Amino acid sequence: MAENSYVFGRERRLAPPPSEQGTLHRWIDRRKQLDSFLRAVLDEAIPGGASLAYVFGSGLLYLLLSQVITGMFLVLYYVPSADHAHTTVAYITKEVTSGSFIRSIHAYGSSAIVIVLLLHVTQTFLFGSYKGRRKLLWLAGCALFALMLGMSFTGYLLPWDQKAYFATTVGTNILTYIPFVGNSLKSLLRGGTEMGTLTLSRFFVLHVLLIPAFIFAFVAMHVFMFRKAGPAGPVQGEPEALKQSTEPFYPKQVLYDFVFAVLIIAGLGLLAHYAPVELGPKANPADTQYVPRPEWYYIPVFQWLKYWESGLAVLGILVIPAFVALLFVALPFLDRRPERRPWKRPVSVSIYGFVFIALGALGAISHRHDLRDSSIAPQLRKQRADVETFMKKPFEPELAGPSLIAATVALTNPVAGKGKKVYDQQGCAECHGEDLTGTSAAPTLIGVGDKRDSAKLESILKQPTDAMTDGGMTPVELNEEDLKNLIAFLKALK
Amino acid sequence: MNHREEMYIGKTADISYQGCDGDRITTSSRRSFLGLLLGAGAAGLGALLSVPLFRFLLHPLLTATSSSSWKEVGSVEDLASVTSPVKKLVKIEQRDGWRKIVSEKALYVCKDATGRLCAFSSVCPHLGCSIAWHDEKSNFLCPCHNGQFTADGKLLGGPPPRGMDQLEIKIEDGQLMVHYQNFRQLVRDKEVIV
Repeated sequence: MAENSYVFGRERRLAPPPSEQGTLHRWIDRRKQLDSFLRAVLDEAIPGGASLAYVFGSGLLYLLLSQVITGMFLVLYYVPSADHAHTTVAYITKEVTSGSFIRSIHAYGSSAIVIVLLLHVTQTFLFGSYKGRRKLLWLAGCALFALMLGMSFTGYLLPWDQKAYFATTVGTNILTYIPFVGNSLKSLLRGGTEMGTLTLSRFFVLHVLLIPAFIFAFVAMHVFMFRKAGPAGPVQGEPEALKQSTEPFYPKQVLYDFVFAVLIIAGLGLLAHYAPVELGPKANPADTQYVPRPEWYYIPVFQWLKYWESGLAVLGILVIPAFVALLFVALPFLDRRPERRPWKRPVSVSIYGFVFIALGALGAISHRHDLRDSSIAPQLRKQRADVETFMKKPFEPELAGPSLIAATVALTNPVAGKGKKVYDQQGCAECHGEDLTGTSAAPTLIGVGDKRDSAKLESILKQPTDAMTDGGMTPVELNEEDLKNLIAFLKALK
Repeated sequence: MNHREEMYIGKTADISYQGCDGDRITTSSRRSFLGLLLGAGAAGLGALLSVPLFRFLLHPLLTATSSSSWKEVGSVEDLASVTSPVKKLVKIEQRDGWRKIVSEKALYVCKDATGRLCAFSSVCPHLGCSIAWHDEKSNFLCPCHNGQFTADGKLLGGPPPRGMDQLEIKIEDGQLMVHYQNFRQLVRDKEVIV
């Protein structure tokens, strides 16, 4: 009966031996707890059933996750110091594999958060979902709104390019409008009276440590309070009918949320791939021509500030925005009627609509003004061209201890060493710098040997190009020996 | 059926449109199929999204850091009188991520059995410590794990898997030039790390 014993043998193998039963049991038990957790999450009852109107909250959670992950990866290469920030962002953008894509997902992600956040707030407002037992939920949401604006403001400075530097200079200067403590607050935020490397450190800490910690805490509170209060459901309908059409969160709402997340991913992915975020030239505080513009969602506020002159500035820049913000936060306490239908709440809906239309109009005015103003438009065009020129240049690694390079060359190559003496005697250092890294008068000479051969170097030393002559370069007159040594020195500066 | 399962099914029945047992089973299997589909979709999407992240993470591993080039060590005339190994420093330009650095590397110039000049890397082929020449013992000694080498770099004793790594040399205009390279540790045969 070989067949029978084989069958029995298989049956015996299927049953776990007693010694393993404990482990298996524990494993199943853990799974059961996971199941009950999943049930608690997925079986939340939605009165009136799933709806596309409810996708924005989970969309924001997805975007937050995306920002956290891309942000963590960006920090792998980023250095928060005025010396290196711009170089490291250029390195990420121009050289690191997928760097431009990931940076673009992060930068566009911040704009996406603003858009989805406005949709989320508008949905909550129109559905009157802040009323009744959802007051605290609304307050936690308001805190998250403010924290998110803080994230975008602090993140904007980190690349340390012209745009970042000047926009943040203006942004932090606004604090001085606050009576009595304004100047101190500005200095506290900047880490001194001027913008500098300490400002960058402070913004970095706010951006990656402090504000995210608060965001996590408030997101936890927001989600917990949401689950405690339960979904608000549609604005109208008989309680009995709503109960009849109640659906669990899973599967339909999960599917809607999933589709929305896929749309966000596709949108961000396409943008990041086909229109990657650019980086401008490094911040140059001495540039007096630069016209700073904030990120698009701050443009309406930026335009608003233009209308308020000295005497009334405090009113326009502090009192009115603070009043609007307070009105927004206090909404559930001011509008306490149980009525949720938007058409039965004409006053609050009109005010809400007016604020958004006004912000949109301010943005449009600012855009039109920038296009038409003859003093602004050409400069903005020039700035865009500068950004494009910078983006086309290949990445240039930062020279660690450039003076070391010049000294090293002179030490290791005796001919170049003689050339270094010629360089010093001829006064080249006055414009090109003692360590050859350049000054405001003339560019760096480090790397010049890579770009030009000896014959070319000789010809431009004897007869500088027009651009060089305009910059103050004079023809070099030397004997054959000295010229040869100088060229050897320049050639060695790689 | 335990209490928790009863609660679950009770809740499902309460909020679903079905009334009888048969329908509930259909709903449940449809739900689990959709769950599988959603789970697979999310996993696939996650895998797709992690591709750029991995490429980003692995970038430094996939790019060369140093350009190999010949470096001057000193004039052959001066080195001709060498009787025991002498330490020399060469400066190597390297890419260090977003920086270009000049790092100093130590090497030894020796004479082989036939009296010709030769050069050895000072990096121990065991675990990468710096090997030092000891005049009084007339041998090279690695201070970390006691690797010992002869004056012409052969392994005398200790844990290193091979002798000291010899560097390529050439003579140009009376100057001794060395091709400085890094080699893999812990392998029996010399292997260049690019």
